[in-house]
Amino acid sequence: MQDVMMGEPQARGRFGEYGGRYAPESLVEACRQVEETFREAWADPGFRAELARLLALHAGRPTPLTPALRLSEELGVRLYLKREDLAHTGSHKINNVLGQALLATRMGRRRLIAETGAGQHGVATATAAALLGLEATVFMGERDIERQALNVVRMRLLGAEVVPVTTGSRTLKDATSEAMRHWVSATADSHYCVGSVIGPDPYPWMVREFQRVIGDEAREQYSGVPDHVVACVGGGSNAAGTFAGFADTPARLVGVEAEGGAGAARGRPGVLHGCRSLFLQDDDGQIVEAHSIAAGLDYPGVGPEHAHLRDLGRARYVTVTDDEAARAVVQLARTEGIVPALESAHALAWVIRAARDGELPAGSTVLMTLSGRGDKDVSTLKELL
Amino acid sequence: MTNPTLAVGAVEHHLRERRDAGRGLFMPYVTGCVTPNWTDYLRAFADAGADAIEIGLPFSDPTLDGVTIQQASDTALARGASTRRILADLSGLPDLGVPLVASTYYNLVLHDGPEAFCAALRRAGVDGLIVPDLPVHEADELADMAAATGVDLALLASPATPEPRLAEIADRSRGFVYAVSLMGTTGEQTALAASAAQLTRRIRRVTDRPVLLGFGISTPDQAREARRHADGVVVGAAVMRRVLDGAGPDDVRAFLATLRRALDQECDAPR
Ligand SMILES: Cc1ncc(COP(=O)(O)O)c(C=O)c1O
Repeated sequence: MQDVMMGEPQARGRFGEYGGRYAPESLVEACRQVEETFREAWADPGFRAELARLLALHAGRPTPLTPALRLSEELGVRLYLKREDLAHTGSHKINNVLGQALLATRMGRRRLIAETGAGQHGVATATAAALLGLEATVFMGERDIERQALNVVRMRLLGAEVVPVTTGSRTLKDATSEAMRHWVSATADSHYCVGSVIGPDPYPWMVREFQRVIGDEAREQYSGVPDHVVACVGGGSNAAGTFAGFADTPARLVGVEAEGGAGAARGRPGVLHGCRSLFLQDDDGQIVEAHSIAAGLDYPGVGPEHAHLRDLGRARYVTVTDDEAARAVVQLARTEGIVPALESAHALAWVIRAARDGELPAGSTVLMTLSGRGDKDVSTLKELL
Repeated sequence: MTNPTLAVGAVEHHLRERRDAGRGLFMPYVTGCVTPNWTDYLRAFADAGADAIEIGLPFSDPTLDGVTIQQASDTALARGASTRRILADLSGLPDLGVPLVASTYYNLVLHDGPEAFCAALRRAGVDGLIVPDLPVHEADELADMAAATGVDLALLASPATPEPRLAEIADRSRGFVYAVSLMGTTGEQTALAASAAQLTRRIRRVTDRPVLLGFGISTPDQAREARRHADGVVVGAAVMRRVLDGAGPDDVRAFLATLRRALDQECDAPR
């Protein structure tokens, strides 16, 4: 039984009815090895110390918790931003990748495989690979290669191979499928570094544990407990890491999805990419393509633990539109001097709307994770100026 | 130990009988609804000497399929393929005298629920099922329902499967054991992978259930070699590439006949 909120999953990687290891037989043994190695490593003070060292000296942790003073005044709430945009490589993705890259070396793997949407996970993977002397192969949808061109250049600079994915919607879902297909033929020497709290057991749990540094730091930095804790949700890794720090408090947890990629808010139970969770599907059970201005939220599902938190009512999942997110970018830029990633701007857009609608009463405290910085989005954003 | 012939369905019964008669088993694959008259391929398969026929129910995200079957799935879905429609097409067919085995991803099974899904298969005359993203440790809810409905749920074994797990797969599989010949996705290969022989040997040590080798088998030579190790072969991408390139039922029958001959020759060869 999972009696600790956001603790270890139940037997067979379950979060309530979700999760599990629905992997092709050829990947089951590899998943088992990842789980075994992660369990050992996570209980090993030496591994923890090495990860903490890399997070501090390479990634620049801890990231600050910044009170957004001018924006708070405009909104009538007290907003604090957990600044993952200031982590090295420009997003929270580096937290998970450093953990998995260390695991890969522990398992004797020489290469990292990754999928990426916004390119942030790909850049983080390429970075960790360079740092630890590994190779990196990153699968990225053709459409994302166009709209996140900056990150493609960064990955190549860092020595990673970027493989364009031309199937389906040519976005994150298809990049993930392609990475899994590739992993089947490469388990002997490669580790699949999944970028969010999705995939077969142990990934949803392991990635959340590597991301909980966000929530743990924020809990310590914020004196007391905020009324609301908010984060954007693609697969849900920055949200899971943030929520993990506050799951045992009365804080209300809010996950913000893209209107066109709302797996948690609108999905139905199903199985994709190795786990049972909530996915957008049509009447025949085919997965529906997501559509979002934010490449990192352009995914038709959500991690299994979020599906469970939703069912339990412990977290709530809401959606914002492309327009709302784009306007939130500009508002944060001009009040706080911070250009957020389009993904992170979704979380902010909900805070702005909820403050205006009175859903966040005047004076309430909100801690929001700003998952990444907006440099990668300039080509999309310049249309708005 | 339970008697393996108890609680097995029509597919296993049929395959055991033919295997025991010394025949190399042959299961060609077609993606349902891939062309307007797709069921004509089934007749061609039967005429070419198939011992079972695998019918793919296409899924939007076939994560264990290579480009050919991905393309076939996309083509079928663009033509409006769905589980319902494919099973409706099958219900209208005369008996081909060859058991039909559906293959699909688990999301489509869950969509209707295992009970309704298996019942619908049976109503359409489908007696077997393959779900490549459903490993044995997650298979309980479907395996129980399949057994109750009389559908043989065949499980896959991989070169990466460790020993005790391999025995469990062989024990719980029904119809046959699907031996995945190589660490990879579906798709034509230039040679039979070395892992195929080894895996088949390991499976044989733990079961007498029919063992079919699949993934990558595309030529008569490969079929002949596969037959030396296994009870038979599954041929998917090599068929579907031809279908996608415009091969009609007659062309496909001619191709499959070359594989059938290769399997038969290998059977006649002294061992
Ligand atoms: C900056 C940023 N935020 C959020 C996400 C969404 O991922 P997750 O929901 O796993 O945090 C991404 C993914 O690419 C991202 O780059």
